Amino acid sequence: MRTQPIDQAAAALPAETRAAVYGGSKVQHEKGRKLLFDHYGDPNRLRKLAGEIKRHVVENLDTLLPAVEARLMANGATVHWAATAEAACEAVHSILKARGATKLVKSKTMVSEEIGLADYLEKRGIEALETDLGEFIVQLDHDQPSHIIAPIRHKNRRQIAELFERNGLGAYDDEPAVITKRARQFLRHKYLGADAGLTGANFVVAESGRIVVVTNEGNSRFCLAATRCHIALVGIEKILPRDRDLALFLNLLARSATAQQLSVYNEFILGPRAPGQPDGPEETHVVLVDNGRTEVLASECRDILRCIRCGACLNVCPVYRQAGGHAYRSVYPGPVGAVLSPLLLGKRFPEKADLPKASSLCGACNEVCPVNIPIPDLLLRLRDRAHVEGVPSPGTPPMGMWALLATRPAAWRAALAGGRILNLLPTRLIPIPALRAWQLKRDLPPWRGGKFRKWLKMRRKQQGRGQSRPQ
Amino acid sequence: MANDRETIMAKVRGALAPLKGRARMPDYDGGIELARKRANAADPMAEFAERLGAVNGEVVADPAALAATLRTRGWTRGYCDPALWPRIGPHFGADFTVETRFDRSRVDDYQFGITRGAGAIAETGTIILNDATTSSRLGALASWAHVAVISRGSLYSDLSEAVAALGQDPNVVWCTGPSKTADVEGILIEGVHGPGAQIALFVD
Ligand code: SF4
Repeated sequence: MRTQPIDQAAAALPAETRAAVYGGSKVQHEKGRKLLFDHYGDPNRLRKLAGEIKRHVVENLDTLLPAVEARLMANGATVHWAATAEAACEAVHSILKARGATKLVKSKTMVSEEIGLADYLEKRGIEALETDLGEFIVQLDHDQPSHIIAPIRHKNRRQIAELFERNGLGAYDDEPAVITKRARQFLRHKYLGADAGLTGANFVVAESGRIVVVTNEGNSRFCLAATRCHIALVGIEKILPRDRDLALFLNLLARSATAQQLSVYNEFILGPRAPGQPDGPEETHVVLVDNGRTEVLASECRDILRCIRCGACLNVCPVYRQAGGHAYRSVYPGPVGAVLSPLLLGKRFPEKADLPKASSLCGACNEVCPVNIPIPDLLLRLRDRAHVEGVPSPGTPPMGMWALLATRPAAWRAALAGGRILNLLPTRLIPIPALRAWQLKRDLPPWRGGKFRKWLKMRRKQQGRGQSRPQ
Repeated sequence: MANDRETIMAKVRGALAPLKGRARMPDYDGGIELARKRANAADPMAEFAERLGAVNGEVVADPAALAATLRTRGWTRGYCDPALWPRIGPHFGADFTVETRFDRSRVDDYQFGITRGAGAIAETGTIILNDATTSSRLGALASWAHVAVISRGSLYSDLSEAVAALGQDPNVVWCTGPSKTADVEGILIEGVHGPGAQIALFVD
């Protein structure tokens, strides 16, 4: 059977890696959910509210962007606009050149990965060092992150200890505390010797121009205490309307991303350091990056621009858990990546048109999303687009039998009823060879055919009573 | 890049033009929406101490207790905000070496840093720092242990209150417990880049 690129990548994954990704994702998901439900009677209300706020932002970028720009400038920051990845890299490069800077320390930012900033700068003789522990390890190993919050979920301690040994960071020791301490020791001197610090922004507030950076390790703090120049790379969709919306979003972000009540460091930046403060930047630059976002805005899938990059949809996704992040061949893996990555390619959409198909449409991603993005709907729209644009699909599994059933309602209902027999049959008597082989290795979930039809009927009834758009 | 601004704004306007209506900003009451189940809400100071303890930070009762805590852990070399030292110093013995200027070329020499905090948040055990009250950003960050000296009157109940108090300081940092990571196999390790120990001392 011909398979899609993502299936091939998943199949090639070493068992050890798959176990790490699967276990890590599952634990993280369960902890985060527990915290949200323990703390709030009705967390769904918060998710929906946050979703509405971000939807408002996305649909009003034409007025919010100039408002943000004006506030940032009034606060003493310099604003740069970058339509493409290349332009964003150039903007950072020219800021550094103007200061004669040759050493940059980077806090974790997804936009910088997206635009390939570190490589771009290294080629031009500027050291661009990742300081987030996971990103630092990825950079040292010339690897790619496999998760937007936990970049080295695919690596284990032995691989890291070997990597450190190879790179002169101490004799082999795979104790996580030792690994962390060695990175701490090495990196603090790098911050102090750097000319500029680069961060992303989790939020930028339109009303105040406040740039909000959230970390647990404190690397953004170090970038902003040790260097004289701060550069923030900000996707144009990162806006929140008002300061007071921050309480809601910081509550949701910490729980969804890392199962914490609040992330360790929430840094609120208005501009250069205060007079009298000996440490910190005397220049603040904000680079507003488009790089395909306006195309997403123009598409049917603009709701994905609400995303606050918490990673919850990755953790909960059965496909991500099996395939791991690298299988998505993109900076953004998992459900969010399956929507965003092909869209950000613009005209080169077909290169990643397989990603939206790598989903069972189980809906779990929508249920955990702190901004309530209807990811399964968006995936369907993208599948449709691939179909309409005639993107060849190398790996569509043979669907003949399904198609036959699915186009004949009576046959479908009969098959569903028949499926219940599977629950009663001993494994070796299952009449479908592929299923039998599969079942010999693991337990088939009990057959629950027909539930979906019941659910849909109920839902149609409810929707008839007003609710139209999923929100 | 002036051109990039025009390009981006034109594309944004073009993308939004076909929309029939724009989503309105929802009206909500931060206080009600964010209300949580809180065990200790009646006693903010107790709630703060409990929440800070839950993330492995601690509250010390007074300067003498602070000196004792630092001594027990073997942390005797440190930095202190020059404005605080006259008040705190008398409680520290001769076994301590404390500097009131943070020398970045000797960053590894400081085991603790004592600076003023701008406030605290009860519901999360958070310490608030800002440029106006922090004598040195590095002094509050680079040592193994950070001690924040906070005035009792600036304890906020929750995130919404603390957000409302952000003000115009160019750099406000909310710190909730020690710096930490779970990047290596999901195992929690404290003290990555920032302090590995976070201590709060309230004063009148
Ligand atoms: S799509 Fe939602 S759940 Fe996924 S990373 Fe973005 S905000 Fe988080």
